[in-house]
Amino acid sequence: MSASHAQDWAVEAHGLVKVFGDNRAVDGVDLSVRTGTVYGVLGPNGAGKTTTIRMLATLLKPDGGEATVFGHDVRREPQVVRQLIGVTGQYASVDETLSATENLVLFSRLNGLSRADSKRKSAELLEEFGLAEAAKRPLKNFSGGMRRRLDLAASLISQPPLIFLDEPTTGLDPRTRSQMWDTIRRLVATGSTVLLTTQYLDEADQLADRIAVIDRGIVVAEGTADDLKHSVGSASLLLKLVDAGNLERARFAILDVLGVEAVLSPEAGRITAPMSDPDTITDLLIRLREDGIAVAELAVQQPTLDEVFLALTGHTATEEEETDAPLDASGAPATKELEDAR
Amino acid sequence: MTQLTIAPGVSRQLKNHVSIGQTVQNSFSMAYRGLLKIRRTPEQLIDVTLQPIIFTLMFTYIFGGAIAGSVQDYLPSLIPGILVQTVITTSVVTGVQLREDMDKGVFDRFKSLPIARIAPLAGALLADTVRYAIATTLTFTMGFIIGYRPEGGIGFVIVAGLLVIACSWAISWIFAFFGVIARSASSVQGISFLVLFPLTFLSNAFVPVDTLPVFLQWFVNINPVSHLVTAVRDLANTGAWTSDAWISLLGAAVIVAIFAPLTVRAYMKKA
Repeated sequence: MSASHAQDWAVEAHGLVKVFGDNRAVDGVDLSVRTGTVYGVLGPNGAGKTTTIRMLATLLKPDGGEATVFGHDVRREPQVVRQLIGVTGQYASVDETLSATENLVLFSRLNGLSRADSKRKSAELLEEFGLAEAAKRPLKNFSGGMRRRLDLAASLISQPPLIFLDEPTTGLDPRTRSQMWDTIRRLVATGSTVLLTTQYLDEADQLADRIAVIDRGIVVAEGTADDLKHSVGSASLLLKLVDAGNLERARFAILDVLGVEAVLSPEAGRITAPMSDPDTITDLLIRLREDGIAVAELAVQQPTLDEVFLALTGHTATEEEETDAPLDASGAPATKELEDAR
Repeated sequence: MTQLTIAPGVSRQLKNHVSIGQTVQNSFSMAYRGLLKIRRTPEQLIDVTLQPIIFTLMFTYIFGGAIAGSVQDYLPSLIPGILVQTVITTSVVTGVQLREDMDKGVFDRFKSLPIARIAPLAGALLADTVRYAIATTLTFTMGFIIGYRPEGGIGFVIVAGLLVIACSWAISWIFAFFGVIARSASSVQGISFLVLFPLTFLSNAFVPVDTLPVFLQWFVNINPVSHLVTAVRDLANTGAWTSDAWISLLGAAVIVAIFAPLTVRAYMKKA
């Protein structure tokens, strides 16, 4: 493998397999992550995301296939790979009994920093992640968001060129979530490569340059968010009329101008129609004006990743989440993903 | 964060092995973590503080008259015995706590760091020597309060204490092994006591060997715990470093040589 090739690709995995008992948790996953990009692995609970990440991060030995990190084989050179990565797990991988500073100093020391450097680095990171005030407090009193930030800070001590983020925002409130997103974007701006897993479709859409959709241990689709949306089909046109009585006439106009059958929802006074060429909308609007049909709202909608997921796997991501909801409500961790992690 | 620039992955100088120096340094960092944990959760020390006190008092006054004729005559042979038993029992807790610790997310981070694989285990075990030191000090202190006056003098008492701590550290690798392979912390406790009770009671810790049936004498005499007890008695009571002390150290080394690699391998397999 040439050096320039290794420079281009932060992660390359071919046919990764992990079997737990008779459960093929990961069943031949291929991933290629270009250096300096954010790569999203999207899938519902239990799809094999965490297991995949754990294999790439040398925490689990693959049962089949191979994977390299910057050209270094995860099985043959695990110690080299560990010097190139930072891992932030789904469950905060920091020591609950220690304070934030003590955690960071410990991890700095383990990363080979001197005592003085460890203290300075820890103070720097705490400041940067807005944890300076809570630095001396035991972690027991930390909120979920604070823990997650400390976890991420701990992953950044050695300034690793590749960072694994396993569901970085699961369980966070919307505000903390968008803070986390900002942090991840800043990371990439400094030259890091990020491989993140998520079960939130909008998170992958917002952050990732490329996305792999994973379901039951295999990659069912791969590409940019737009690629994925396009693969599902065209955008749709949404019309809301001032007078719902005009719906039938509007449907006829759409059939006439765009040549497609529109779907009516009379109670809302809305029409939805598939649309391949946005340019033809002008014609439609002129026709509606001529017919005296007043338009209250007009929107062009790209397919959502939810629809993508439904089209690719035959079930939506949200369906699976709902079945897990009672578990989450009782405060227990998502059992499926835990099994996944073993 | 913007002021940092990340050195690209391919331009870094990296090696795939960990040097001995780094292994030692990593282990000490992990031991430092163990000490911080003890400081943060002092309630963990209840067993090492109460057990030496209660056991010393109980055994002295219950068995003293029956075994040695009087409490005073029993102390020189009992205190070393109870010391060894108490500190070895304390090393069981090491395995239990290691199991609990390993179930926490922080061990994932240790595994993902470029550190010596043995460090998280060695460090945890190293920090626990502080617990053994506390138990040792308390046992000798309790003995002193009841009237035990070791003839060997304070210097040899300290040497005896260090010997017990070193051997218990070695034995704690056995319980660490159970800790790594067991499914839960409570099962570690179960298996460990199953090993511990025969090992400590089938020894010369509490009774003279010649009062035992012959088949038991055979086991008691080869039991490394007996040698350790004898070594401590010789050191504390007569100020002599005997062959039993060497045998104890040799036994400790053999245990570490067998169980440290076993434990680390099992630990890595779980990883």
